[in-house]
Amino acid sequence: MSSTDPQDAGGGSTARDEVLATIRAALEATKGHEPGQAPREYRSTGEHAPGSEAVLELFVERVEDYKATVLRCDPDAIPETVSDVLAQWGASHVVVPPDFGVEWLSSGQVRITTDDGSLTPEDVDAVDAVLTGCAVGIAETGTVVLDGSGDQGRRMISLVPDRHLVLVHADQVVQTVPEAVARLDGTRPLTWISGPSATSDIELDRVEGVHGPRTLAVVLVG
Amino acid sequence: MSTFLGIPRRAGATPEAGPLRGSTTFPKAARTALADTQLRANLGHATRTIRGKRAAVVDEVPDWEQLRDAGSAIKADVMARLPELLVQLEENVTARGGTVHWARDAAEANRIVTDLVRATGSREVVKVKSMATQEIGLNEHLEAEGIEAVETDLAELIVQLGGDRPSHILVPAIHRNRAEIREIFRRTMPGIDPGITDSPRELAMAARAHLRAKFLSARVAVSGANFGVAETGALTVVESEGNGRMCLTLPQTLITVMGIEKLVPTWRDLEVFLQLLPRSSTGERMNPYTSMWTGVTPGDGPQEFHLVLLDAGRTRALADEVGRAALHCIRCSACLNVCPVYERAGGHAYGSTYPGPIGAVLTPQLTGMGNHSDPNASLPYASSLCGACFDACPVKIDIPQLLVHLRARAVETEAADRHERHLPPSAEAAAMAAASWVMSGEKRFGLAERALGAGRLLAGKDGRITSAPPPLSGWMRSRDAPAPPKETFRQWWARTHEEEDRT
Repeated sequence: MSSTDPQDAGGGSTARDEVLATIRAALEATKGHEPGQAPREYRSTGEHAPGSEAVLELFVERVEDYKATVLRCDPDAIPETVSDVLAQWGASHVVVPPDFGVEWLSSGQVRITTDDGSLTPEDVDAVDAVLTGCAVGIAETGTVVLDGSGDQGRRMISLVPDRHLVLVHADQVVQTVPEAVARLDGTRPLTWISGPSATSDIELDRVEGVHGPRTLAVVLVG
Repeated sequence: MSTFLGIPRRAGATPEAGPLRGSTTFPKAARTALADTQLRANLGHATRTIRGKRAAVVDEVPDWEQLRDAGSAIKADVMARLPELLVQLEENVTARGGTVHWARDAAEANRIVTDLVRATGSREVVKVKSMATQEIGLNEHLEAEGIEAVETDLAELIVQLGGDRPSHILVPAIHRNRAEIREIFRRTMPGIDPGITDSPRELAMAARAHLRAKFLSARVAVSGANFGVAETGALTVVESEGNGRMCLTLPQTLITVMGIEKLVPTWRDLEVFLQLLPRSSTGERMNPYTSMWTGVTPGDGPQEFHLVLLDAGRTRALADEVGRAALHCIRCSACLNVCPVYERAGGHAYGSTYPGPIGAVLTPQLTGMGNHSDPNASLPYASSLCGACFDACPVKIDIPQLLVHLRARAVETEAADRHERHLPPSAEAAAMAAASWVMSGEKRFGLAERALGAGRLLAGKDGRITSAPPPLSGWMRSRDAPAPPKETFRQWWARTHEEEDRT
């Protein structure tokens, strides 16, 4: 079929056939577990509805716990809120995904580069910040998930810049992980982000900011 | 146990050391480690910290036990349906533009990866921390083939730059403290500020600067995978620093080496493991970054993707109906952090890429156990069977049960080996046989009890026996025993119930 071990070209059993045959022999010779449906008695939804005030408050608390910044605003205050964050960062050059829609951002002080798919990692390394939307937010874990849609862009542009601002709409925030999984398309390239990059590799002492964006801001709308 | 298929005996010869086998048995290696007070201080501090964090984030999940039940059952189902799920994964990865390779053993996997890297023309690969590639000794193999493998996880980098070996599944440099890490960086990182302090922040920033240019220019990356979803062909890597995202996103070619047991059947199953893994592992509600990709996405990320499915002893473990539960492991390392033996002996004493309680049951099954001179035959004994690992395991692997099972197998292997070499049974086997004879006859047992009193002569003032003449000397080296009482229970019963016995 699709197995392409060059070493096996030219006859004899392939590694694929041999591994599968060994597994089958092992399973047949033992009375292991029967295949079966796993019990799913864990919570598949939270007690609070997506986008409800309780869920949003929990989301804010949990994202902040990772030392990310969270700002809440009404839809008509997005331009002002985003501009404030960029000004605070001293960011004069930002990159945005192709369908982010930045006409609202007063571009007077800020140079905006829209990724048309031609930017190189070096190009993106030269910008101060990236702005994206997201596919879903998870309150209990303080997570935002990006799925590569037009308002979120290629994975590279939300990775290389040192600062990342994510726009999250209230109705995108669910309480639990299973609710998020149900909303996501598992065949898309997904990036789950919970706070800025971090490491605990030295004496398990947590340090925020390593290779990914060292600063994360979430603007929660609504 | 007549159904058992694997574990070839290696009569006589001590098997070769490698990433899955040390050169000395656990008791010997542990004795050396225990003498290192710095190591014990580093480990004690680190495991105490992580235990506290894990407990806090597990306690806040109301359905933790239900999640464990689901995780355990999903993994059991995976093992039962492994062939069909692997084929399904292969079909889906292929349909989405990836190429799937199969490797029977470490050597074959190393060869496949080397050929794939060669085909790109690159002499350097960036690596995401991966147990599978550690286990097969990929870095060493690539180096011998003239290809430099750059570890990008901070702890792996510390280990690599220090010419050291990993000692923990999650935090491979857990045995190093900040001052030691500073010294390694100052010695090995070109252009580092010689005035760098030992603050973890400064050290992390030095690693960022060191690796930044490599990430931006790398053409080939090698990763492992935490999960592979059969239903969609999606692969998942969980991480913290963003080095994983860099490797999985920027290079043109991505090569992922995944053990065949890392499958989950459906996309939905990830909702269970993405709750269990981060809380058990780093003690976080969620790790900073989780990347998922399916084959190749045009215009986004690597445009060439290869998945290498690795057996390397996993089918051997699968052939043991009790032992196969070790294949459910999701490499969180919670069992290491709660283990009193690991906390004191450290990871190197186990001699394997997989240390700690899970390593003690996984390693001997992946490699097979030889006779008593095989260090891996000593691993099932690297435990006091206290059970803390079972309680901490997010997929409910009954590690104590597996340890006992493998001890029995080690004894069987040793007995068969001695028989083959026309040697008398071991002292332990002889003692067990004698005990069985004594305890099966009431008179013999009574006589033996009376002889027990002699044991009191060996005890110190504290009433403990700490050494004994051969053949018990080996046993007593790491144990002490209470002195026998002046009077046994049966003697006491006979003395105080004389009247009743007569009636």
